[in-house]
Amino acid sequence: MTEHVATNETILVVGGGISGMTAALEAAETGKNVVLVEKNPALGGRTSQLYRYFPKLCHPTCGLEINLRRLKNNPRVRVLTLAEVTGIEGSTGNYTVSVKVKPRYVNENCTACGDCGRAVETMVDDPFNYNLGQHKVAFLPNAMAYPQRYVLDPAIIGTPDADKAKAACKYGAIDLDMKEETIQVKAGAVVWATGWQPYDAAKIQPYGYGRFKNVITSVEFERLADIHGPTGGKILRPSDGKEAKNIAFIQCAGSRDENHLRHCSRICCMASLKQTHYVREKYPEDGKSTIYYIDIRAIDRFEDFYQKVQADTSVNFIKSKVAKITEDESGNPVCHGVDTEGYKRYTTPHDLVVLAVGMEPSVKGINIPGHIVADSSGFIEADPANGAVFGAGCASNALDVNRAVQSATAAALRAIQVVNKVAKAEA
Amino acid sequence: MSANTALAEKYRNNFLKEIEEQVEMGDWVKMCMQCGVCSGSCPTNFQSAWEHPPQELFMMIRAGKREEVLTSSSMWNCTSCYNCIVRCPRKLPITHIMHGIAEYAHRLGMAPKMQPTRFFSGLFWKNCTHTGRVNELKLSMGLYFKDGLGAGIKEGMKMKDVAIGLLKAKRLNPFELLGGHKCKDQKGIQAMLKKAYEIERSRKAAKMAG
Repeated sequence: MTEHVATNETILVVGGGISGMTAALEAAETGKNVVLVEKNPALGGRTSQLYRYFPKLCHPTCGLEINLRRLKNNPRVRVLTLAEVTGIEGSTGNYTVSVKVKPRYVNENCTACGDCGRAVETMVDDPFNYNLGQHKVAFLPNAMAYPQRYVLDPAIIGTPDADKAKAACKYGAIDLDMKEETIQVKAGAVVWATGWQPYDAAKIQPYGYGRFKNVITSVEFERLADIHGPTGGKILRPSDGKEAKNIAFIQCAGSRDENHLRHCSRICCMASLKQTHYVREKYPEDGKSTIYYIDIRAIDRFEDFYQKVQADTSVNFIKSKVAKITEDESGNPVCHGVDTEGYKRYTTPHDLVVLAVGMEPSVKGINIPGHIVADSSGFIEADPANGAVFGAGCASNALDVNRAVQSATAAALRAIQVVNKVAKAEA
Repeated sequence: MSANTALAEKYRNNFLKEIEEQVEMGDWVKMCMQCGVCSGSCPTNFQSAWEHPPQELFMMIRAGKREEVLTSSSMWNCTSCYNCIVRCPRKLPITHIMHGIAEYAHRLGMAPKMQPTRFFSGLFWKNCTHTGRVNELKLSMGLYFKDGLGAGIKEGMKMKDVAIGLLKAKRLNPFELLGGHKCKDQKGIQAMLKKAYEIERSRKAAKMAG
């Protein structure tokens, strides 16, 4: 695992989602040594949890596959998974970073044959599917996980399942004695690409998320539509497994709201417009989408995408932020509000309500080790006071995949300049 | 020239500016993004009297519909439950703005005369400043007879069980009709009110002239 030793000419990238992978690869492909730290057992982040991208509606496997191939071919990137940064000390050009690495209980011998997964019985909630489904305690994080290696859930340790998994492995890949360790990594610059998390929809009290089973979030809806998801790609509602054909999308669930997230999360309008395609794809005959919106923000060149969805007769647009959701006897969520075009009150039942939840920077409320300047929403600012710690992707702003990649490339360039200075390659 | 025509002249074609300068909390009106959560959250349902929900009133203000807004009874129907303020994503103090617009319409003499909330507010103020104490009997009777003798008797009969109950529980004293209880220092109360009126008059006159 130690292809190279980290020095102050190394760039540390925190977060292995689309932004972190991009920043790491861009820097490594210019000849810099990079350490990429990822908290989860596999790279890919939120992007890998999507069913399709907008605007082309291709699968994220495509974009990630390209990056993973670049990564496999590049000896300059050292990937640490199940690892979290716990402290940063030092200054520009000379940082020492503490990284806590959790045990995977599976070593490099793993061939991802899946024998351990078949041997164990205990099931736990699957965070990759936003806990909508469960997986075995010995599991592959997702179908295209990198590294392509199994993981044992810490809950397995000390149970009979642990021994079963170990006995099932033909390659001696399971090591139940692995311990959590903290390592020190030297770095000249740090790219902070820890991404985002969906805003906690339960905080939007009138929408009843958490109280009504058939009110879900947009990220959960992605998993429902995905063939690798908990329903095998069928859009079934959580309460009774009924096919959800009449679906409401509620925009600005948390975003643009002084009581929740101040900022516009930028992706949610496009995400909902995209998700209406899923409804039509799964139920071409009688699928029906209703988008409740304040105004549709199909940023930049996405306006034509919006216009195409507008022309779709199965999609209905209602200019109104839903005030309240209730539930009727048959478990249907009912949207209440006032249509601001004509100021008519409505009370409309749907099979399923999808809250287009906002994007909260993962760094918000978390103490980034070291001193970091962030804006009022918690996104990392480009501020000289941050030294050589650069925000990238959704840690720096609410961005879609396309813009996150641009932002990551920019951050990589800034980091490269710092380590070049350290190496006296640049004045 | 009446106050109304003077101000209409002053803010010609800029009703939003007029609201911002003259109405308490009026400078928030421009912050509304027309999401509709306020009216969706309003318990009055604005079905009969609530003709224009808050966000429509705000849009009408921006559209310069001066006459329609100021003569509307809509903002008088606000029950001050504060649901809209709690939920407004832009944190507009909607309840306060409703009261602000209502008060401004009243100040200009544009408010619907017999609108019950407006009528009751006037009645209450007159009642409680008369002696420094509220005379509940006269107050409720004043409200019953607002639409004439016949309607008042009808309304009184409808409420008679409640009134008898209140009498039995000693919450209603029929002798209040003959003057009723009052503050000890009548002169002091009146002097205080006089001073308060003076201050308010000069403040509002300055604002309207400003």
